[in-house]
This record gives sequence, C-alpha cells and structure tokens, in this order.
Amino acid sequence: MSGADKPSPVALAEARAFPDTGSPDGHYSLRLYVAGQTAKSLTAIANLKRICEEHLAGRYTIEVIDLLVNPQLAEGDQIIAIPTLVRHLPQPLKRIIGNLSNTERVLVGLDIRRQEM
Amino acid sequence: MTETAMALDSAPHSLPKTPSGIEGFDDITLGGLPQGRPTLVCGAAGCGKTLFAMTFLVNGAVRFDEPGVFMSFEERAEDLTANVASLGVDVPALVAARKLAIDHVRVERSEIEENGEYDLEGLFVRLGYAIKSVGAKRVVLDTVEALFSGFTDTGILRAELRRLFGWLKDQGVTAVITGERGEGQLTRQGLEEYVSDCVILLDNRVEEQITTRRLRIVKYRGSSHGTNEYPFLIDEQGISVVPITSAGLAHKTSDEPVSSGVPGLDAMLGAGGFYRGSSVLVTGGSGTGKTIFGAQFASATCRRGERCLLFTFEESPSQLIRNVRSVGLDLRPHLDAGLLRIESARPSLFGFEMHLARMVRDVRRFRPTAVVIDPISAFHGPSSEIQAALLRLIDILKEDGITALFTGLTASGPMTDADHMVSSLMDAWISLRCIEETGERNRGLYVLKARGMGHSNQIREYRLTGQGVVLIEPYLGSGGVMTGSARLAEEARERAETMRRQRATEQRRRDFERKRLSTERQVAELRAALDAEAAELERLDEQATSWEQSLEQDRDAMAVIRGAAE
Repeated sequence: MSGADKPSPVALAEARAFPDTGSPDGHYSLRLYVAGQTAKSLTAIANLKRICEEHLAGRYTIEVIDLLVNPQLAEGDQIIAIPTLVRHLPQPLKRIIGNLSNTERVLVGLDIRRQEM
Repeated sequence: MTETAMALDSAPHSLPKTPSGIEGFDDITLGGLPQGRPTLVCGAAGCGKTLFAMTFLVNGAVRFDEPGVFMSFEERAEDLTANVASLGVDVPALVAARKLAIDHVRVERSEIEENGEYDLEGLFVRLGYAIKSVGAKRVVLDTVEALFSGFTDTGILRAELRRLFGWLKDQGVTAVITGERGEGQLTRQGLEEYVSDCVILLDNRVEEQITTRRLRIVKYRGSSHGTNEYPFLIDEQGISVVPITSAGLAHKTSDEPVSSGVPGLDAMLGAGGFYRGSSVLVTGGSGTGKTIFGAQFASATCRRGERCLLFTFEESPSQLIRNVRSVGLDLRPHLDAGLLRIESARPSLFGFEMHLARMVRDVRRFRPTAVVIDPISAFHGPSSEIQAALLRLIDILKEDGITALFTGLTASGPMTDADHMVSSLMDAWISLRCIEETGERNRGLYVLKARGMGHSNQIREYRLTGQGVVLIEPYLGSGGVMTGSARLAEEARERAETMRRQRATEQRRRDFERKRLSTERQVAELRAALDAEAAELERLDEQATSWEQSLEQDRDAMAVIRGAAE
C-alpha cells in the first residue's frame, strides 16, 4: 500500500467534473492477474509499474495475483484472459487485457488521461 | 433395428461411452457420449441445448456418480438453477454436496479493453479449478461462442479454443460444448472445426403451428449411431428422445386371440378375435360408432381382469363414459377397479411427437395389456411424420405385447394416401361404413384385413343397441347384401314371391286334377260308347243267327212243301 496524500485541489476539481470516475482521494486500486511467470505476465507487470510510477506516483495500489497459486480468485473478478488488469477504484470497474504495451491506451483505459487531451 | 443388433455385437470393440441418462438418447448413440472427449451440441435459440447439457450433468452427478462442472457464458448460476428447478432438479443441493460446480463467465465487451498480447489462460485456470474442486468427470461449456462477442482478436480466440478442447481431452473429462446454429454452418463460429468427435444437432421446427423438437447425430467418430432425426420432448420430466431403433421388429408374436368385445365380430375373425399384441385399426365415417367399438374392446379387456389404457383426443373422460353408457356400456366399475385408465388431451395441445412421447410414458407407467387410441385421425400434420410416429408407437407397444386398437375417421370417399400409409402398419383393419339407401343410413362393417388369420368377407350390418354393438345375421338375397328396411322389404318381397309361387303351383295342380278328371270322364264315355256298340254288335249277331236259322227252317219247310207237291 502506498500512502495516500491529501487530495490536491486539481484532483478534487477533476473528481467533481467526472463524478463517476473519481474516488474521493483519487486513489487507484489496481489488480493485475497473471498465470505464472510467463513473458506476457512479466511484461505486463513491468509496464504497469512503469506507467503507475510515471502518472500516479503515490496514489495507487497494485496487487499482482498469480492464478496458478490462487486459482479460486479468478472467478470473483471474472477473469478469462491473462494478463488482465482490473481497476477496482476509482469506480466504475475497468478491465484491460493484454501485456499493456500501449501506454497511451492504458492511460485512457484507466481514465488517467482523457482521450482528447 | 439392425443397427442396434450390429452395434451390440461390436460393443466390446467400440470406444468407451459415457451415458447421458437422457431417455432414448443413449439408445440411439449406443451408450452415450464419447468418454473423455468433447461433444458439440448445436442448434438455434430455444431448442434445448442448455437443458440437454444440464441434464447430462445432473444425471452424471445423481445417477452415475460422476460430478460435473457447468461453465455458463450466458445465463447466471441463479437463472440456471431456477430453470432446472422446474424439472425437479435441486441444483443448490448438488452444489452443496460437491457433485456440481457452476461457474458463470461473464463476458461484457464494454468492460474489456484490449492492450497488447493476451491469452485465455484465465479460463483454463477457472475451469481447472472447478474440475478439481468437485473431481469432475463431466464438463459443460454453454455457450462458449459468447466469447466471440467479448474479444476482438478472433485469431487469438480460435487458437485458444482449439487449445481448450485439446486441454479438455487431456483432463479426461467428457465435455459438452454448446453452440448457436449459424448461417450455412452448424455453429456461428464454426466450432465444429475444433470438436470433431461427436456433433449433435438440435432442431425446433414449427409446422402448421405445432412445434416439434428433433435431434440428429451429425457425426460420431468411431461409433455407429442412429442417423435419423429423432423427435424429442422437453416437459416437466426433463428431456427424452423417442428412438425408432430402440424398438425394432424383434418382438415376439402371440397366437392367442383376444376378444374384440363384439361377439359377432370375433366370429368373423378366423382366430376368434384379434391376436394379442397386434395393432388394429377401426375406421369409419362420422357416427359409425368407432368410439363405441374402442370402448367395447377396452371393456372386454377389463372384464378379463387385464389393464387397459384408453387415450381419447376428442372427448373428456366423463363425456366418453356418459356417451358409451347410452349403448349399455358402463366403464365406471373398470375405472374404480383400477383396470381402466382414460387419458384425454386435445390433439392441438402439442405436436404428435409430444403426444407420442407422453403416451409411451403413460404406457410404461400403467403397464396395460391393451391400449385404445381414439382417434388417430385427430392429429394433423404431414402424413409421413404421423406415420413415422405411429410406427414408433406400434413398435413400442408390440415390444411389450400390448394389443392396440386405433380408431380413425375416414371420409366417405375413396381411401386417401394417408389411409394407405397408416394401414400398412396395422395387423387388422375393420372398416365401418354407412350404407345410404332408400332414404336411410344403415351401418355395415367388414374385415378389410386380418394378418395371419382367415376372416369373413361379408359386409355385415350392425346396430348400436342398448346392449352395445350387435351384428345382424346377414341377409344374402339375390339382390346382394341388404340393410335396414331395404333388407326387411326385400325379405317381405321374397316371402310374397314364395307365396305367389306356391299359389301358382297349387293352381296348376288343381287344373291338372280337373283335366285328369275330365280326361278320365271322356275315357269312360268312350268306353261306354264302345260297350254300347259291342252290345249292339252282339245283338245284330244274334239277330243274324236267328235270321239264318229261321231262313233254314223256312227253306226246309218249303222243301218239304215242294217235295210233297211233286
């Protein structure tokens, strides 16, 4: 868990402008599902960590779940494809599948950056 | 038929099978689905794929001690549970007993964003986990094609599906994969390419507003199987298939006659009744008393202490009982004794196949020795279909040695094709006719055919009396068979004719007597005349003699005189 700072005024403004996308503190709770140490999984983990550090420094949590270790967790988040990134917070739930090689689309997909920006 | 026999012979060599437990289906597949392999069940929406798959799983869990996993890509677990609860299956109990696992895989396109390489390992993990958690031997994927709506990269998807089906084989589970019927191919996404061991096609056709479900085995690698389209039904008892091949023509035949319930009719049949286990058709126009023949046959069966099942498709049981009471037939005691059961249903309620399946089930449950179906003509549909269904019914009844009497309404005209087709299935055929003559309608019957026995060729008049059907002694006059008042008139005419002839003979005899008398009189007269002449002649003779004598005397006297004078 990385500590959440006090919300910046900008984040609050954003939260008000996009009420369905904002968590009160702009915290991102992410889960990455993988199955073993495959190339795809390792790439995805590396890509996700890099993106989060660059764009969400200090306000994100990443939980990497290896389904080969915990297969029972696959059902809860409706995991079909591997790797799958699930954004639990902020609402609504978002899923991105693949090795996250396209940074721009990850940012858009997680609503970190709006498409037209 | 022969298929079954062949397969039984080769059974030890054929590949191992997993029984589906679906009535009839295991007969046509000669044992069930290929064990340890995936089977594709495809069909259009609402044709019963999910139910088929679920029944396969539940039967495995309940009857064959083979736990199962249901992976649903469409319906939620709660919906599935509710759907099969109506069939008396308690899914939550099975889940609690770890005999069944349900996993709902939700595929929501709007929630999935693709970014870079991926595979479907998550699905494998889930399935593998579910299989392990219950020790599953059976797996259902319903409908895996839903994945195609969730992922854009169909190349990955197809490769992963191919891997999935291979993986299922490696797991040694018997899998059922359902697929939606597609345009020009069996499934929308061509799943049949990946599942090559066994493909089953379900169909739900509406013909003349009546739905019939059909099942066909498109392919079954390494096994023989029934190739026909088999009707199947889904009702509160689940899914069941009605196969032809499970019956066949191998039934035993009996020489024992059973009464038709009409004494006169029994006498017309060489064996003194119908053979036990034969199928009998009674046809006739409206108002010829077909139902009464049926009821009388049923009643005769019950009087022998045997059970009879009567299916009526035109009247309610109470109506039937009331109607036949008018001819002195009381069915109540038989009903009360539990020997008779009357099942009635509107023919249009469901398709003939469905009726057939229900009838077969009722027969199996009640175990009668005789069945009456009144009438078969109530069913509409293509005649080939009805014939096929009837054939199955007859085979099933014959197999159990049940005597069946079918009634059929016929038009007054010549026989139709449908009549011919049905008739070939029947062992005996009694035709009831209305004979319209001299302003009357009378009823006549004749035995059109009776396989394996000699029978009367007469057309017999019968009457529906207070004592049931009564056959009247045939009137065989010079003018052919006569019925009703025409028969009476003919009889009267004949009587008059006889009297007239008798009178004429007497007249002749009197005339002759008179003639004889007169002749004799004439003879007497002639004789008298002759006698008179004879008497006259004698008298003349005497006269002549006396004249001679007197002449002699005179001559002597004259000579004396002359001599004296000389």
